[in-house]
Amino acid sequence: MNDFLTLRDKAITEWQELQQSPDPVIYIGMGSCGLASGAGAIWQLTNELLHQHKLNVNMLKVGCIGPCYLEPFVDIQKPGSPRVSFNNVNEQKLRKLIPEYLLNGKSGIRPLGHLGDSRETLDGIKSLWDQPMLKLQERIVLRNCGIVDPENIMHYIGRSGFAGLLKSLDLGPDGVIEEVKTAGLRGRGGAGFPTWKKWQLCHDAAGSEKYLICNADEGDPGAFMNRSLMEGDPFSLLEGMIIAAYAIQAHHAHIYVRAEYPLAIERLKIAITQLQKHGLLGKNILNSGFALEVHIKEGAGAFVCGEETALIASVEGERGMPRSRPPYPASSGLHGCPTNINNVETLATVPTIMREGGKWFAGYGSEKSKGTKTFALVGKIRRTGLIEVPMGTSLREIIFDIGGGTRKEFKAVQTGGPSGGCLSKEFLDLPVDYESLTGAGSIMGSGGLIIMDEDTCMVDVAQYFLRFTSAESCGKCTPCRIGTKRMVEILEKITSGNAEMSDIQTLEDISRTVKEGSLCGLGQTAPNPVLTTLKYFRNEYEAHVDQHRCPAAVCRDLVEYRVIEDKCTGCQRCVDVCPTGAITGPRSEPHFLDLSKCIKCRACYEICRFDAIAGDAIIIE
Amino acid sequence: MAGSIVSIIGKYTPRDKSNLIAILQNVQKKKGYITPEAVDSIANHLSISRSQIFGVASFYSQFKFYPPGRNSIKICLGTACHVQGGDFLLNALKSEIGISPNETTADGRFDLERVACLGCCALAPVVMVNDAIFSNMSVVKLKEILNQYE
Repeated sequence: MNDFLTLRDKAITEWQELQQSPDPVIYIGMGSCGLASGAGAIWQLTNELLHQHKLNVNMLKVGCIGPCYLEPFVDIQKPGSPRVSFNNVNEQKLRKLIPEYLLNGKSGIRPLGHLGDSRETLDGIKSLWDQPMLKLQERIVLRNCGIVDPENIMHYIGRSGFAGLLKSLDLGPDGVIEEVKTAGLRGRGGAGFPTWKKWQLCHDAAGSEKYLICNADEGDPGAFMNRSLMEGDPFSLLEGMIIAAYAIQAHHAHIYVRAEYPLAIERLKIAITQLQKHGLLGKNILNSGFALEVHIKEGAGAFVCGEETALIASVEGERGMPRSRPPYPASSGLHGCPTNINNVETLATVPTIMREGGKWFAGYGSEKSKGTKTFALVGKIRRTGLIEVPMGTSLREIIFDIGGGTRKEFKAVQTGGPSGGCLSKEFLDLPVDYESLTGAGSIMGSGGLIIMDEDTCMVDVAQYFLRFTSAESCGKCTPCRIGTKRMVEILEKITSGNAEMSDIQTLEDISRTVKEGSLCGLGQTAPNPVLTTLKYFRNEYEAHVDQHRCPAAVCRDLVEYRVIEDKCTGCQRCVDVCPTGAITGPRSEPHFLDLSKCIKCRACYEICRFDAIAGDAIIIE
Repeated sequence: MAGSIVSIIGKYTPRDKSNLIAILQNVQKKKGYITPEAVDSIANHLSISRSQIFGVASFYSQFKFYPPGRNSIKICLGTACHVQGGDFLLNALKSEIGISPNETTADGRFDLERVACLGCCALAPVVMVNDAIFSNMSVVKLKEILNQYE
């Protein structure tokens, strides 16, 4: 214990020294989204430029701060000045920025904001936290993401890391569960089951061998909250796991993480090694007598493994197929032993709850949904990225105030992934919490919010989700295996213009059967995207069936491309890009599109920019 | 060839089939796909039948049973990518390289796989070639990118 207190003092000093570093410090966001935007090349070039200008600078890799549309981020901290953030940094910008800002002290490139302790404007630079996307956020679980080096335990400890664990070891398992109960924390994977109750059941279950599993399979397409969190602050998840394991008295824990997240896996492995080195994992954690080993299990790609019993089967090396409950995992789970399964975000929230107290946490949120929740804001929205807001924030605030709204007219927001639903603009003032979303026919889910505008076809969206769930159905129970398949067939009939009105009725009937008759959550919720789009966007279904028309011009069989002759200048850009040679015509004369060769790949539509309006000369009808 | 498979499998406890998925993942990492010889060796090591191994391996989308190309293309068809036109990309890609998902081109230059979500939804649509992720993709950009790979 004393060793840890010494380590903590050292970490706090190190973190403070980094803020007041006599040499400049450059922080580069190197999460998966940063890397996909080119942060790797920026990192390399920064190194070269520093070398070239003979500058002595400390470089650090950090996680993702959230606004993905502004990636790559480069933060520069000069001695005596706060850390400032530059956004959308490319090679050209960086070549100017490094010498100008670091050598001359001033640069024509304006920083987006500063990350100083106060939110006041400093040297004419506003606080980064006053950016429209960040202003309304409340960062509890994401507090370290994008700020610290996720591969350095000292940064985590220096920012109050493991204070929650120390308090937990003082309170004892029962005290921890009581505190989480006061906090009102509910499962962040989507179902919203009270976390304390899950822990209590497992704590009370008979058996000396117990397991804790962290579900990091994040299977919902369109969601990346857990990835960002594990990449940006793996220690908070691990501290949460130690506290949870202590509460239920489990000595073995598994993180079931999807193999598609190699960077998250790597950072977790590094974190685990550092924890072992400092006695925060292993036989006698902080001399408390409590022992815990954490293992990483890589998932192999099966959506159904998000279901608890399927996940357990997968950890055991089997096909990930669910079984009927009871018995619940809390009494008979992994290897037949009492097992507690929590989502990444649930566990990563626990350290702060323990540190600040359950009452403090319960001060955020709505009556039945306490605290904050992270959301992935994606789709047809201006400011895409990862956010954290108090429960009960309205969809309007999230989409328009934080996300900046849509470019074209807003049509719908999809919540809860394949198990959720699409909500129309009438629901924009709905507070986002478990009960309100369920009441509207959707679910909270793990936090993916996919924004759709008038260019999105809602029937196509329903078809997309049903194809997904039908492909991911494990095949064990008939309603899900056959029902989702029949639903896909009907939706395909509708999107190809071959359906009759009675098909819509059949689709509704099958939806209800699948919902009521399926064994696990996958099947029980699979019809939600269909049911909600039928409820709120029925006119779109009817347009497909009645008029063989896709109002959003998405469904390929109902769309034709043609060249508008009086707008086409004959620039040949579309001729060059057409993969099948369907567009022909000499330069400077209107082109001709041969429909028999057109595969509707949309390349011509994308590339045409005549009159500076993309896609104007080639239209879809 | 057979030696390297044995050395992968040998690290795991015999007859403990809870390691089956991890073994398959390591075989695929080394060989690029699940070879018939590997299935035989795993069956021996864990004392389970080959059909049990295929049962597990075919359940998970990660495992391949065909030799990969020199470059592996993963096209993301997550919700955000779909809404941003991922389907159009897949279609263009199919006609550009002449194969469907889970196939390898005759010259071995590319193999193609569709994945459920790469977690870069804010930069949709995305395509991954080998280890590099390309964001905000379009049908037009696709051609340029493929030209970088031989």
